[in-house]
Amino acid sequence: MDTAEPTFFDTNPKAGVVGQPLNRVDGRDKVTGKAKYSAEFNQLPGLVHAVLKTSDVAKGRITGFDTTAAMKQPGVLAILTHQNLPKLAKTPNDAEGKKAIGAPMGFMPLTTDQIHYAGQPVAIVVADTLERAQYAAALLKVQVAAEKPIASYEDPQAKLFDPTKVQDGKAPAHTVRGNAQAAFAAAPVQLTHKYTHAINHHNPMEPGATTAHWEAADRLTIYDATQGVTRTQKAVSTMLGLSAEQVRVVTKYLGGGFGCKGSSWPHTILTVQAAKAVGRPVKLSLTRPQMFTGMGHREDQTQTLKMGATRDGKLTALIHEKTSTTSPWDNYAESNSKIINMLYECQNFEASYQLARANVMTSTFTRAPGEAPGSFALECSLDDLAYQLGIDPLEIRLRNYAEKDPSTGKAWSSKSLKECYARGAELFGWSKRNPKAGATRDGRLLVGWGMATASYPVHNSQGTARARLYADGHAVVQSGATDLGTGTYTVMTQVAADALFLPVDKVRFELGDTKLPTAPNSGGSVAAGTVSSSVYMAAQDVWQKLIKVAVLDKKSPLYRAKAADVEVKQGRLQLKANPQKGEDFAAIMKRAEMADIEGNGQGRYGSGYEDAQAAANADPAKKDQAADHSMHSFGAHFCEVKVDPDLGTVRVTRWVSVHGAGRILNAKTARSQIIGGSIFGIGAALMEGTVRDQNYSRYTNASLADYHIPVNADIPEMTVEFIDEKDPYINAMGVKGIGEISMVGVSAAVANAVFHATGKRVRSLPITPDKVLATKPVQA
Amino acid sequence: MSTVSSSGTPEGTPPHPEDGTRRSFMKQAGGLLGLALAPPLVAQAERLTAYSKTVEGVTSLQLKINGTVRTIQAEPRVTLLDALREYLDLTGTKKGCDHGQCGACTVHVDGRRINSCLTLAVMNQGKEITTIEGLAQGEALHPMQEAFLKHDGFQCGYCTPGQIMSGVACVKEGHASSDDQTREWMSGNLCRCGAYPNIVAAVREVAGKA
Repeated sequence: MDTAEPTFFDTNPKAGVVGQPLNRVDGRDKVTGKAKYSAEFNQLPGLVHAVLKTSDVAKGRITGFDTTAAMKQPGVLAILTHQNLPKLAKTPNDAEGKKAIGAPMGFMPLTTDQIHYAGQPVAIVVADTLERAQYAAALLKVQVAAEKPIASYEDPQAKLFDPTKVQDGKAPAHTVRGNAQAAFAAAPVQLTHKYTHAINHHNPMEPGATTAHWEAADRLTIYDATQGVTRTQKAVSTMLGLSAEQVRVVTKYLGGGFGCKGSSWPHTILTVQAAKAVGRPVKLSLTRPQMFTGMGHREDQTQTLKMGATRDGKLTALIHEKTSTTSPWDNYAESNSKIINMLYECQNFEASYQLARANVMTSTFTRAPGEAPGSFALECSLDDLAYQLGIDPLEIRLRNYAEKDPSTGKAWSSKSLKECYARGAELFGWSKRNPKAGATRDGRLLVGWGMATASYPVHNSQGTARARLYADGHAVVQSGATDLGTGTYTVMTQVAADALFLPVDKVRFELGDTKLPTAPNSGGSVAAGTVSSSVYMAAQDVWQKLIKVAVLDKKSPLYRAKAADVEVKQGRLQLKANPQKGEDFAAIMKRAEMADIEGNGQGRYGSGYEDAQAAANADPAKKDQAADHSMHSFGAHFCEVKVDPDLGTVRVTRWVSVHGAGRILNAKTARSQIIGGSIFGIGAALMEGTVRDQNYSRYTNASLADYHIPVNADIPEMTVEFIDEKDPYINAMGVKGIGEISMVGVSAAVANAVFHATGKRVRSLPITPDKVLATKPVQA
Repeated sequence: MSTVSSSGTPEGTPPHPEDGTRRSFMKQAGGLLGLALAPPLVAQAERLTAYSKTVEGVTSLQLKINGTVRTIQAEPRVTLLDALREYLDLTGTKKGCDHGQCGACTVHVDGRRINSCLTLAVMNQGKEITTIEGLAQGEALHPMQEAFLKHDGFQCGYCTPGQIMSGVACVKEGHASSDDQTREWMSGNLCRCGAYPNIVAAVREVAGKA
């Protein structure tokens, strides 16, 4: 155990509480209102309120401010603008600064007089009460020389360009495998279809919020609604020119994120600057309209997918082109093509991206970034191919089943997709489906059944954790992760309990603080896999340290044993060769007069080992094996819709999702996460879309009344199952993560069901009644 | 019933708004609409007096919350939601939109569920206000809170207090007699984590026992 990486499979062949459907350990705080979110630290001495003043104009220059009326208001403490805010040590306005800060957007408001997008903060107003800050912000007059903005890639003024790289430099803008153009030209069956995706906003229920408290001139604590305390710490400390340890970031509870809280946005540093300016703790919450222009969005985009196939439905070529809108500074586009490259067996693939700059803020990762819209195009076209060739949609997916990752040629670390298809079809009753579209009715409503494949990759990641085991049989385990609501508190408590062989109620798991061991952002489905393996490794460190104590203790039955010959079973340290010889951990600790013992662990997730520490500490054999594999979760969604033929309204009436995602840490919270992701996808499929006015480049529906997310009445009972899957490569726990996969393929499953119901193929999301009515049925 | 005074900070020096030179004015309560809808039996003079009272600037407001009368110093433009969250540190009631579009701020006033962001604190004096903090009896959770825990009727927890307050009212109103009815009458409370099927399960369980 000293050199090899232990795994949960070895040490805990029978999981205890891991996997069990435990109620959330933080549930009681949430149902009683005790859970404190980032705008709820009211006990800070002298806490005052800040409000952002944002620009109504999407492009122009600030020529002046009239603060007279605003400053006359009682209680107003400061009005801060680019004219009077102290200069930041670094800004993301240049490439070097952006990288150092880790900023999602290459522009920091309130550093210049330039206005680049509607909703851009132009001032921050601080007052003793929220009402006074709001009123003063309303009275503040901003003089602007406005110019005509560019609203999107569809704007006649917009210039399309080849970005070379997308997703903020992380993904290539061109991929070629085989010869897709020639293969497409030669294909007996050719499909070319265009898909559009509306702008989507994450809209977590908790708006972005920051409370900043300067405890000393050079020491700062921030309560921030972020998916990553370490990322906020890095951003803020770099912008201020402080060292990281001078900035503490705390996020005990997070009211959802879905990607928009995965980066540090301008309001956080502005709140910190305001607190410095007034010499008091300052709290700021974005308003709901500001949530549409303050924390990113999923960009407006068009995809063209060319699909070449044989007459028996086997794919021979896939050519994908995406055009989307980006900001004046950054080349952000979701990398839709990744999933199109790997989901099905196909020898020839090509992908390219085009961007156009417009007067909008930078878009950002939104749940299943790339995979969600990419799978919409792929899974709808595949459905078309199935209908055209008279093949069942499920059967055509089996005919193109990828036994290896087509994009890399590597073997899968594990893949249970066939089982997901089979179980999903069984639960749904897929075999009873009428193959003909537009032929099933329930009274006057048209009934449609659709399905789609889901997949999400494992993004390589590392993290650390600390476990302190007390002699009296309880433990405190810590990692600076965040819990978006996905259940991190709960599942990590379960992992720690099993790894330390303690009852769950004897374990407290703490997270959400930069004072704790560093963990990555909770995003990209990495948290469960990374943090669980970190917690597990910290527990192994505890046992290794305690074994060393035992073998040096003359009174221990393990005295003079080799550490490598000792194992830990159910909290008992014993000889592997002779399990009778050993004793309970508490006995060893009591004799040694140890109140507690602390272990540290580094967990890894995925195949990369990019992190120097992870690479240095890895078992070389395992590292090579892991790198040889392609790591993905897979699943299948089955959907029934009922469509009103006269009104064009679509209602989802049944839903089945089956996933293979490695070890499931908690059956209850995992089911909730899959349901939640599916509902998020149903929203994107049927109702979500932010409309940007093409003249003024302003959002016309920036509210929860006008931007429709699913409500309770939109959602039926849902069935979710997981396939038991043992993945020995992915990490010490065999956990893949489920945050994103729950959404991948959902919009296609809905669109495919709408097609089956109506014979109409709507290729523009969301599938609103007007589009259903205006679309002509495909001629059979 | 006890009367306690609020304190915004632990030091006992709440950031009470200073009474400034410019004051805001408003007529209390619903004005003419309130008059028009009031039952005729209520003494006309008494109502007129109440409705015509002018409140200016920072005044002392008394709010009966979870059985306790609490006093805050606040302007009349302070919403009930902000009074709870910012003046009384009852942060269990959440602000999701501040425009009555999401339901996260749902509380009970005189037994009815309302969006506390759409009413002013000053209008709710003399009424029985119940928030999520007042639902449990000491350590014993309300059955709806228990049901939300059991059925995992939430993920992030931010909409949860509003969902639970709505759920309690939904059952009491008799609007939880079927799942379809529950879905309809719980649709004023948005949940972005998508816990809806679990919320319906929780309400179903409590309605079944009621």
